[in-house]
Amino acid sequence: MESGFCSPRTEAFPAGLRVLVVDDDPTWLKILEKMLKKCSYEVTTCCLARDALNMLRERKDGFDIVISDVNMPDMDGFKLLEHVGLEMDLPVIMMSVDGETSRVMKGVQHGACDYLLKPVRMKELKNIWQHVFRKKIHEGKDVESYECMREIQMIMSRSDEFDDGHQLNGGELGATRKRKDMENRRHDDQELVDPSSSKKARVVWSIDLHQKFVDAVNQIGFDKVGPKKILDLMNVPWLTRENVASHLQKYRLYLSRLQKENELKTSEGMKQQDFTCPAGSLGFQTSTLIHPKDAANCDLKYTGNNMLLIDMGTRICREADKKGTVSILPMDLKETSTSNFLDSQRANVSSQTILSRPFNYQSSQSNTTSQKWNEAPMEQFKQPPKQEPEPYALLEDDFSHALQSAPQHLVQVDLQCSAYSVGPGTAVPERDKPGSVMITPVRSQSRSNHSQIVNPETSDAISNFKVGMKNQMVGLNCLNDCEPIQQKIFTVGDSSLGSQVGCAYTESIGLQDIDLLDYYNSELIDELETSYYADLGLNWDNDCDSVQNPFVDQSLFTARAEASGVCYPG
Amino acid sequence: MGKTVRGQWHREILSSPSLSLSPMGGWQRNKGWSHSVTFTRMERNPLQRQVAYMRRSLFDQGYLDEQFVQLEDLQDDANPNFVEEIVTLFYTDSARLIHNIEQALESRPLDFIRLDDYMHQFKGSSSSIGAKKVKNECTQFREHCSARSAEGCVRTFQQVKQEHTILRRKLETYFQLARQAGLAN
Repeated sequence: MESGFCSPRTEAFPAGLRVLVVDDDPTWLKILEKMLKKCSYEVTTCCLARDALNMLRERKDGFDIVISDVNMPDMDGFKLLEHVGLEMDLPVIMMSVDGETSRVMKGVQHGACDYLLKPVRMKELKNIWQHVFRKKIHEGKDVESYECMREIQMIMSRSDEFDDGHQLNGGELGATRKRKDMENRRHDDQELVDPSSSKKARVVWSIDLHQKFVDAVNQIGFDKVGPKKILDLMNVPWLTRENVASHLQKYRLYLSRLQKENELKTSEGMKQQDFTCPAGSLGFQTSTLIHPKDAANCDLKYTGNNMLLIDMGTRICREADKKGTVSILPMDLKETSTSNFLDSQRANVSSQTILSRPFNYQSSQSNTTSQKWNEAPMEQFKQPPKQEPEPYALLEDDFSHALQSAPQHLVQVDLQCSAYSVGPGTAVPERDKPGSVMITPVRSQSRSNHSQIVNPETSDAISNFKVGMKNQMVGLNCLNDCEPIQQKIFTVGDSSLGSQVGCAYTESIGLQDIDLLDYYNSELIDELETSYYADLGLNWDNDCDSVQNPFVDQSLFTARAEASGVCYPG
Repeated sequence: MGKTVRGQWHREILSSPSLSLSPMGGWQRNKGWSHSVTFTRMERNPLQRQVAYMRRSLFDQGYLDEQFVQLEDLQDDANPNFVEEIVTLFYTDSARLIHNIEQALESRPLDFIRLDDYMHQFKGSSSSIGAKKVKNECTQFREHCSARSAEGCVRTFQQVKQEHTILRRKLETYFQLARQAGLAN
């Protein structure tokens, strides 16, 4: 792997475009390098995807565009594509000798901005700058806007020189600028004039900022959420709609990917879950969890998980759930024939899965077996630390702090095996134990449950949970009523389950007014925590062994669902 | 072929069905199977003529395709032997790929998916230098993989290797000739 010198762009666009080429074929690598050099681009080559990612991470603003082959030995080209899009937000061009429509479509779906067929012609490479240019126009980050405009103007002034000409005319540019003006709150001359306010400065999603974001999303209601609304609520003057939108998008992808990974990992039966969930991910909006519109109670409140699910996350999760969560509890839900439930639970699922992330569920006893179950859901959110700590480092860095600062106790993982949804046959085939980690709001009174409080050490998600939980407490109390399962809230992984439970609970409880935003109510949390701990004595194995009435659970939920009008499957 | 006194250019009637020399000395595609009248750069010595002839025949006989021209276009003062370097790189790397396939062909039962994968790589690599015939054989091989025909795979692989070797020899000769012609210039 050769490394070129990646300096900040100094040359007139598009000359000096900093390209990173990734291809395992040394012959092609050399050819492409030569071709790109002939286009006056600055080329860096790499034959391994991992190395490429490292390089990209090391020099965050060292490249303008990435060209990658689809078939590579160490990592799938599409996966690399996802990573780059998510972490660095650079345009990526895919290449392959295989031009099958399905492959091309896959590339586009994963976010490739172009797909070239090998053998690649020089003229095709000549125009790759358009992707960089296009992104600049559309991105409109505050700090960069000035740079963008400058570059756009530069390009326009040179448009006559370009062979292909430009379609961009003054009107368009003006429109773009206007749009930016309207949306950029910080768009004032002083800041713009300073070119050294490098275009590199991207919005840093600090814990506070992220928290505001989450709060806003929560307040709006998941289904109604949109970048503009979030922005308005957040009331952060210098933030733009684009910042919010791109943050959402990235997070969504991130979560969906985690979801997939989680599923994958669950099947591998990982043992210890170390959930360090970035605060961001933990911010679940309960509302988002549940289809807000659908079940009045449900949504919110979905149960104790008051997790404020980041808008993105939920959405992602939702999608992921469609394939993922559902798959996690496939049996279950199917068995219960609650297809509706599944659907409605999607939202929940997503949130729940997210929740699972931060929890380190404790229970020494339950470690092994119960973990399996938990693992699956947890897996999703398990930070992919060993393997890929970096990819989401950005998020984590931003969020983890918040989490840590929050008091932990809240998270309760109910390791009841009964996973109602899981039913006797755990939803996840691989799990022997139909343990479901349920995160129930910590409710001091309703102790009958067996929620296990997540290890306080995982402050991460817990804090979020707590907040949510607290609100749910009311609901939880009601849970007591539902004897058999009590609070078998399926959490994390089984969002569907969780949601189910949650909904059921809320229903009975009539948690309509749970204030989801009330996160850090440490008092409540403390209270809950102690009580729970006392009551819980989580014991996965034990619980699992004596499987409690899964069916009862189901019916319970069903009944509740029906009662509340929530559409639970089955 | 007549040579003009002063000019570098003279007419030559080429009857290549697919390719002909463009006025600027490169190759251009003919639209049909007609004779084309084009100009060719004057070859000062017979060696150069020979090189040009050999080059043309490589294209005519389908050993090389357009990609080779692309490589030639990339050759410049910074990389005066670019084409030869690329071809050398290809042959070095493809030896590895061939070895992989050979090994895979020895295992029983045959892992067609793996074979297809290897061949996909090999085909991609061959496309880099414009090795047309080799590529075609690769395609055949992959078809046999899809059909799960062990006999077909083994047979076509022999053809792949054969074409691979033939091309190498021809290109080696070609480059040698070109070097001599260049020196003689």
